[in-house]
Amino acid sequence: MSHHTTPSKGFWTPANILTAVILAIGLVLTVKRFTMGIGSVTNLTDDNPWGIWIGFDLLCGVALAAGGYTTTAAVYLFGMKKYQSAIRPAITTAFLGYTFVVIALLYDLGRYYRLPYPLTIYPGPTSFLFEVGLCVALYLTVLAIEFSPALWEVLRWKRLRYYAHSLTLVLTIFGVVLSTLHQSSLGGLYLIAPSKLHPLWYSPYLTMFFFVSSIPAGLSMVIFEGGLSHKFLHHKMDDRHLAESSGVTLGFSKAAAVVLFAYFNLKWIGVALDHNWQHLATGWGAWFLVEMFGFVLVPCLMYAVAAREKNEKLAFWASILTILGIVINRLNISLIAFNWQLPAEARYLPSWEEIFITVFIITLEVTVLRICLSKLPILHEHPEFKGAH
Amino acid sequence: MKRRKFIGMLAGAGASLAASPASAGGTHHFTGYPNSFGVLFDSTKCIGCRKCEAACNKVNDLPAQPEPFDDLSVLNARRRTKHDKFTVVNKYEVEGKPVFRKIQCNHCLEPACASACFVGAFVKDATGAVSYDAARCVGCRYCMIACPFEIPTYEYDDPITPRVRKCTLCESRVKEGKLPGCVEDCPKGALIFGRREDLLTIARERIRKHPGQYINHIYGEREMGGTSWLYISGVPFSQIGMREDLGVTPAPELTSGALSVVPAVVGLWPVFLTGAYALTKRKEKIAEEEQRHAVAEAVVETEAQAAIKLKAALDKAERDKQAAVDKAVKQALKEAEEARKQDESSDTESNKEEG
Repeated sequence: MSHHTTPSKGFWTPANILTAVILAIGLVLTVKRFTMGIGSVTNLTDDNPWGIWIGFDLLCGVALAAGGYTTTAAVYLFGMKKYQSAIRPAITTAFLGYTFVVIALLYDLGRYYRLPYPLTIYPGPTSFLFEVGLCVALYLTVLAIEFSPALWEVLRWKRLRYYAHSLTLVLTIFGVVLSTLHQSSLGGLYLIAPSKLHPLWYSPYLTMFFFVSSIPAGLSMVIFEGGLSHKFLHHKMDDRHLAESSGVTLGFSKAAAVVLFAYFNLKWIGVALDHNWQHLATGWGAWFLVEMFGFVLVPCLMYAVAAREKNEKLAFWASILTILGIVINRLNISLIAFNWQLPAEARYLPSWEEIFITVFIITLEVTVLRICLSKLPILHEHPEFKGAH
Repeated sequence: MKRRKFIGMLAGAGASLAASPASAGGTHHFTGYPNSFGVLFDSTKCIGCRKCEAACNKVNDLPAQPEPFDDLSVLNARRRTKHDKFTVVNKYEVEGKPVFRKIQCNHCLEPACASACFVGAFVKDATGAVSYDAARCVGCRYCMIACPFEIPTYEYDDPITPRVRKCTLCESRVKEGKLPGCVEDCPKGALIFGRREDLLTIARERIRKHPGQYINHIYGEREMGGTSWLYISGVPFSQIGMREDLGVTPAPELTSGALSVVPAVVGLWPVFLTGAYALTKRKEKIAEEEQRHAVAEAVVETEAQAAIKLKAALDKAERDKQAAVDKAVKQALKEAEEARKQDESSDTESNKEEG
């Protein structure tokens, strides 16, 4: 996201050249992955069957796409109509986020072409992964319908737009139910492996931790992207979006502060419940404290101050810290504190090709997002549908 | 293992909620299929000859290994199962003496892999084997995350049809009445194949008869809810690479409580959320009504005030009019009086003149 979208500067700006290079190398690696196997591009082993494609692309991707359900719930269910203009950017990000989570998953699945199996002919409902799959598939459908009015407006298909729009309330409730379930289920995946995940991160409350932390994650993404749009896509935003954006930032800051505080306390209840205090004195304990204080409590307080003093800049920095904290938490659970008892030489470190494919998918997502933001009525209202919410 | 009837709970969300985590975990205890088979490994008898590895390789048609099976130097490295090695023997030095331990799928009574698989590709058979169906597998490798014994392996280098690979307990051979490959070729009787119940009896008997030779623990009797493979040893199991901190909870029970919350969320969340929506709507409606009320009241008040003002103005006009009339009348009367007086005086004067 940069200034280069302005046509006067030409297409081959530095940012676009970088994008093109990443996409080109990514395509080569994609061919390698699908012709020579997962092993040809990853450092995955029998001890470490899940790497960053699950730990980062799936776990962080889904958590950071939580802005969709948090924003729609705030506006449509809890009556915060003044945040209306935050809806479309949040839904767009969520929709693209989930779409690319599924695309990334295809790289990781050994037999990607069987992705529909669990939802069709061979359901395995005792698995938390089944719940994740089912809810993500349904929620992706919900997001597609919620996203579609922007498309129908551009195409001037008023009837479809009307139908999609009339479903708003039902879709919002459905979206919150599905998000509650799959956000928590991602934590639930690790409930079955208490012997592999470090006790400070393992807890019977994992499902609740994942759900609760997804709320500040989603709110922070809305604040973060709002800040970026304000800076780089100012010309694409109409008066309403510009006028409401500071209200959205400060209102969401307040909510994020409250939920982060609740999350901070819940995590300590988790430590207390299993009586894991003795682990705090170890190296792992120090790392746990860094996560808890540096990336949960500190952004929580920053948000609180930002909301009270109406300081949007502080809220922006708090959102970055919160997002980093969510990423650290998910990586801790899936990779860093997972298999903590294995000898060092058996531990997992991603290969450069694995990392590059992740970068490739993110670049692809950002590129599509940039196109959507500049071509579709997302940061501004379509002139023919003004005020039609 | 379809013990948790998750679908049924989803269907009867409300009903199952009342009994939730308790019914999900279940008060009954699954002790394995009756008469199912298992293998007892006696580490005091194992000499680390790798004959079992060779047999396993042969009966399962696994690819040739770079090191021949009579090369015993590989025993010194920490090895684990691989996609082309369903069993390995590792050597441990305990108090200066070598102790050997064989690794392969333990064929849990309630397998973590089967509970974790989202397409039901793993099944615990009545024979005792935990079998894998590659025709269902999507390749998510969650079974490998879930397995507490780190047994399932993956064909990472196959781009199209990679499979999870692991020991099958030679199920097809067992059904033909043969022994598993490894058991058949063990020259020292370190492996005994039989019904799990009988194996437990044998193990207990050995421990009872030779208390100095064995530690008093049958590994697999209760670990993770029990396994079809059982182990006895002369040294603590933790010293031969076997985890003693796994607990006795069967893997499915680790997730059943949290999974039982799912129907509750499906059942209750829409109610709460619709409630929140209704409250919001109601608040908006009340606010709207109050506003309308206030406006109406203001209008009435304004109108009343206007009426009062109008009346006052009218009254004033009336009063002014009356005053003007009075004034005019007064004036007229005064003028008339004056005229009369003048007449009178002129009459007197004329009378005087006449008189």
